[in-house]
Amino acid sequence: MLLINCPWCGPRDESEFGYGGEADITRPADPDALTDEEWADYLFMRKNPRGLHREQWVHEHGCRRWFVLERDTVTYRFSDDTT
Amino acid sequence: MGRQRYSIFSLLRNAVSHNENWQQAWRSPVPRKRYDVLIVGGGGHGLATAYYLAKEHGITNVAVLEKGWIGGGNTGRNTTIVRSNYLWTEAALLYEKSLKLWEGLSRDLNYNVMFSQRGVYNLGHSLQDMRDIERRVGANRLDGIDAEVITPEQIKAAIPMINISRRARYPILGGSLQRRGGIARHDAVAWGFARAADALGVDIIQQCEVTGICRDGGRVTGVETTRGRIEADRIGVVVAGHASVLAGMAGLRLPLESHPLQAYVSEPLKPVLDTVVMSNAVHGYISQSDKGELVVGAGIDAYNGYGQRGSFHTIEHAMQAIIELFPAFSRVRMLRQWGGIVDVSPDACPIIGRTPVQGLYFNCGWGTGGFKATPGSGWAFAHTIARDEPHELNAPFSLERFTTGALIDEHGAAAVAH
Ligand SMILES: Cc1cc2nc3c(=O)[nH]c(=O)nc-3n(C[C@H](O)[C@H](O)[C@H](O)COP(=O)(O)OP(=O)(O)OC[C@H]3O[C@@H](n4cnc5c(N)ncnc54)[C@H](O)[C@@H]3O)c2cc1C
Ligand SMILES: [Zn+2]
Repeated sequence: MLLINCPWCGPRDESEFGYGGEADITRPADPDALTDEEWADYLFMRKNPRGLHREQWVHEHGCRRWFVLERDTVTYRFSDDTT
Repeated sequence: MGRQRYSIFSLLRNAVSHNENWQQAWRSPVPRKRYDVLIVGGGGHGLATAYYLAKEHGITNVAVLEKGWIGGGNTGRNTTIVRSNYLWTEAALLYEKSLKLWEGLSRDLNYNVMFSQRGVYNLGHSLQDMRDIERRVGANRLDGIDAEVITPEQIKAAIPMINISRRARYPILGGSLQRRGGIARHDAVAWGFARAADALGVDIIQQCEVTGICRDGGRVTGVETTRGRIEADRIGVVVAGHASVLAGMAGLRLPLESHPLQAYVSEPLKPVLDTVVMSNAVHGYISQSDKGELVVGAGIDAYNGYGQRGSFHTIEHAMQAIIELFPAFSRVRMLRQWGGIVDVSPDACPIIGRTPVQGLYFNCGWGTGGFKATPGSGWAFAHTIARDEPHELNAPFSLERFTTGALIDEHGAAAVAH
């Protein structure tokens, strides 16, 4: 079980959170202007790194707010973790 | 290089000499400078690909490069459920090809992969579950795949330990049964394909991690490895959870996310369960191995992970489901738990085909359910590499489907079930 540091509520059990996958993906302002390849890239392609990953979490059973954290996908350690 | 055949006679002969004279099952050669085809990833799919390249297409100057030991990835970590009752024709035909190969595999490989067609039950717990099951069984039959809708009473008659009480939190309302489904011995699948491929001349090279993919103007020319550079004009990458990492080495992006997937086994018990039971709704699946262990699989952990381990509440959730179905198992002690790294695609279907880099082929995205596909996947991928074009069975599973939008949405039949 991960211990996740909600920016508003502090460290809580993973089971209170929902996972939102890769962060920083912005919806294209004008989808009609995109090629099919660009649209597929936005919709489906992911970095899926082995290592540091910026990702979205939502404190579903808490304050219900979304936030972004960086985590190592091999050690599972969050970057802001001092423990 | 005479290859010893396994038979009752070889067993007896070797028993007499205290089993000290068995031939090694495959060589461990030093990698050559150049091969016709390189397969990256020595899981079941990679080894099967090499075997069918040699057997079906006569391409024997092949090496399989494995960073650890063969079968040490998901092949050796899965719950070994084999079935072909997928919803959509494209998927059903691919998995059915595989099931047909399973049915003759031990003989073909001269290696006992312990494929046991003990049947697979998929349970329904709600009216909607039952409608989906009836739809899937109907679709399966139209595709020529054996499938039956069954009642709770039939389930109880076949599986006496199961709880079909209407008072259960999620009562069993019925299910589907594929009698030709079952389980196999995971390690034996890797070893059997390795031995048979080696006998046809394939080099199996373990402890050899691919660290770079060399290209020359849009073409592959070889790979960098921890054991030096190896050249080839055709490279098939079959690395499951690491597919995105390998794609990155060739400047490609894939529609995959790697997640931990966990499983566990109990202490060995006397025979209590002689078939396979899966439930999408309560989310658990269970069978009993020939050693007597109950083999239980969990769902994926929500987060991306390459750590081959997941969170405890994920296995706890699966155990709750199993105890709901089999209250008596609440007294069983669990012995071992482990995790693999599964490459999940947006439509719960694999990607098998060419890439924008010429001579570079990917076979990935099998996610939580590719063990059953091991022979069929290798067979189709070998065809794709040998002919530089997909077989009609795997043509729908191209990478381009994410651009054209022709996804094959198997979430109903595959996302939870394995
Ligand atoms: C817990 C669990 C339960 C499952 N249950 C089922 C089930 O019941 N039924 C079912 O059909 N499927 C199931 N699956 C899925 C199934 O295990 C996989 O889809 C299948 O085994 C994938 O086979 P593979 O050969 O592609 O991958 P793997 O066996 O993972 O092989 C890939 C290999 O590539 C190697 N590799 C990675 N990177 C490199 C590199 N850079 N260089 C060289 N080699 C590299 C790895 O070391 C690994 O050995 C389950 C999976 C898990 C984890
Ligand atoms: Zn919060």
